[in-house]
Amino acid sequence: MSGDHVAFERGLGGRLRKAPEGFIDAAGVRQVFAEGRQGRRDFVRGAFAAAVAAAAAGGASRAGAQANPVPPEGGDPAILNLPPHTTGLGQPVVTDGYGKPSQHEANVQRRQSPGLTPTRQASVSFAPLQSLFGIVTPSGLHFERHHQGWWDVDPSRHRLMVNGSDDRIVKKPLVFTVDELMRLPSVSRFHFIECGANTGMEWGNVAVPTCQYTHGMISCSEFTGVPLRTVLEMAGADFKRGRFVLAEGADGSSMTRTIPMELVESGEVLLAYGQNGEMLRPENGYPLRLVVPGVQGVSWVKYLRRIEVGDQPYGAKDEVLHYVDLMPDGTHRQYTSTQECKSVVTTPSGGQVLLDKGYCQISGLAWSGRGKVRRVDVTTDGGRSWKAARLQDPVMHKCLTRFTLDWAWDGKPALVQSRAIDETGYVQPTYRQLRAVRGTRSIYHNNAVQTWLVQESGEVRNVQLG
Amino acid sequence: MSSWVERFARAGACAALASIALGAAASADRYPGIGRPATPKEIAAWDIDVRPDFKGLPAGSGSVAQGQKIWEAQCASCHGVFGESNEVFAPLIGGTTAEDIKTGRVRHLAEPAYPQRTMMMKLAQVSTLWDYIRRAMPWNAPKSLSVDEVYAVTAYVLNLGGVVADDFTLDERNIAAVQARLPNRHGLATNHAMWPGRGLAGAAGRPDVSATACVVNCPVEPRVASLLPEHARDAHGNLAQQNRGVGPQRGADTSRPGTPLAAAPAPAAVATGALALAQKLSCTACHGVDSKIVGPAFRDIAGRYGNRGDAVAYLAQKIQQGGAGAWGAVPMPPQAVSADDAQVLGRWLAEEFKR
Repeated sequence: MSGDHVAFERGLGGRLRKAPEGFIDAAGVRQVFAEGRQGRRDFVRGAFAAAVAAAAAGGASRAGAQANPVPPEGGDPAILNLPPHTTGLGQPVVTDGYGKPSQHEANVQRRQSPGLTPTRQASVSFAPLQSLFGIVTPSGLHFERHHQGWWDVDPSRHRLMVNGSDDRIVKKPLVFTVDELMRLPSVSRFHFIECGANTGMEWGNVAVPTCQYTHGMISCSEFTGVPLRTVLEMAGADFKRGRFVLAEGADGSSMTRTIPMELVESGEVLLAYGQNGEMLRPENGYPLRLVVPGVQGVSWVKYLRRIEVGDQPYGAKDEVLHYVDLMPDGTHRQYTSTQECKSVVTTPSGGQVLLDKGYCQISGLAWSGRGKVRRVDVTTDGGRSWKAARLQDPVMHKCLTRFTLDWAWDGKPALVQSRAIDETGYVQPTYRQLRAVRGTRSIYHNNAVQTWLVQESGEVRNVQLG
Repeated sequence: MSSWVERFARAGACAALASIALGAAASADRYPGIGRPATPKEIAAWDIDVRPDFKGLPAGSGSVAQGQKIWEAQCASCHGVFGESNEVFAPLIGGTTAEDIKTGRVRHLAEPAYPQRTMMMKLAQVSTLWDYIRRAMPWNAPKSLSVDEVYAVTAYVLNLGGVVADDFTLDERNIAAVQARLPNRHGLATNHAMWPGRGLAGAAGRPDVSATACVVNCPVEPRVASLLPEHARDAHGNLAQQNRGVGPQRGADTSRPGTPLAAAPAPAAVATGALALAQKLSCTACHGVDSKIVGPAFRDIAGRYGNRGDAVAYLAQKIQQGGAGAWGAVPMPPQAVSADDAQVLGRWLAEEFKR
């Protein structure tokens, strides 16, 4: 048993109790404790201003890397000396039949968190949110979550079956080829997909350095497919009795998850084959995956092979042992599917260095599994005063929303946060508010306000206030 | 007699009603030629789910003793002989007591200081265990166990957890009685507002966490309560290599203390050649380049066998046929690797690490 998320959970669980000691070596652990004895803990627990100043003092002075002075010779060599691309012949068409990003963008990669999982088949990779613009995640940078490895499935041999938990609940069980599904009336919609464990490493304390690792288990794409409702109607599903739908994958893990029929009836749940204008990527379930807007990613079953209509929820492995939320009293909340309203500033964010004082656009992402984002507030003083950010059009249902705010950085320490409010009026909570109800031992559904400390050196660090 | 217009309108209304009431029939007719009935044989091949009420559970049986044999051959390499492994996957067993079996609530789950949450501590439905073993285990050969073998392995796991006796045989008739002994059978709750539908017991209408959106002179958390210590800055690698090299900021150079800006960040290395092949063939699930995972590090294998005269052939054969006893208690099962790939990997192991 436990081919997959147990390991992941253990990694997270270990972090929650021990981080940062959980991922540094024994000597590092000793150093932490030594520093603690010498007063580092006092520093951490010190007054707000003192902590900010002390942390800032840790870094070196800011380098003037982005200075753009006129050189003594009267002009910039980048202007005066014409480069080969201005004076020579460039490359022909179709040098690459499926183009790739610039070679200068090689740092922008999805990445693993070291030590989080012991195998790479039951693991995750995180999308580089700090390097993305707008709301769409390039398909090659979409975060990955595999339970038993990924496959590149031959679409000509892939089938979708629709049946019922008994003979009466679906009148006519059906089988579809991918060709047939692609003949049905389709829709294209933008939605975010977020892993229920996104930000899970940070429930107890700061554990990872950048927003790639704190929030990178989210991505957003335009998905194309057929409403699941269409094929359930074709199969003669009993919508009165069949209030639960089981989705099952064709890979080794044959992932199963229960979906509420209410969402299917809304027409939002899609049998998707398209993503950002192309077919799904193999890592994201080519040639068919379920799209369940607003619901955690584990329900978006990849390599989807079967839909079963039933009159009870299914108690799948990822509904009983994992993706259950541990509460302070020791109970696990089951079927916690909705991704509640959340946001994160991606620029500036942890692990970055601001190049200079002066104008700096704060930019980030907000989303809600309950609908549209209504408002995002941003603070640069740790939450004492907030300003409403601009929401970039389009603001869509259960989709990432990009927000921006003008800011002039004065070179002094700043604590940057964002707080999103969705159309139901739900306000993204602070860690204090979230932990007061759910404690610190859960792994899933951490939607607390994220804090970035901008130090005088320009280096930005992940911090939690308390 | 109604006018033509009225009749038309009424017919339209009827059609609309019909399409709501008879949506299924209408839809079936709307897309002729798409989809075909699933055959009973096809449904039997794929419909393998088992629900908490045991709907879908096939008849069969397996004993603890039979389960132990299968376990030691196919499961122990990842989970440990007693389900206690913490090397590849988290422990399955531990943390439950006889008292928990009486109460149906695992006490240690309520204790923040308890160091581990095992599968058995969380398991609230025995159907879940049976279903998951059948669909997804063994990890690298899912769905290879027969129904009786699934019963046997389930029985062995339950025995390790103290739920059933050593001489127990699990079958479709006594599994409900086993459910009534699970240590955490009363440990789940659905009293929340995060299920986007109806029909769950105790579901709440309002979210459990409520915050307000103060805008000016707001109370703030007074301290930085948590941050990564200076020496852990590069625990996730050099962040200078994880940010774009152009724009309003760079990634912090975490390879050297106190120097946030790097001169020229270099792109990270991508695995190529034989290492990429080893990753593709999932060798790296059990072997690290420099570190032991469940099996020995590639470097250690190379160190022990790389100087044999027949190193390439020996290593290629070991990869294909597996082995036991050379590196501790955990055997390496035979690997379904082609002779060509085994040669490539054998050559790589024999030569790469001499440099």
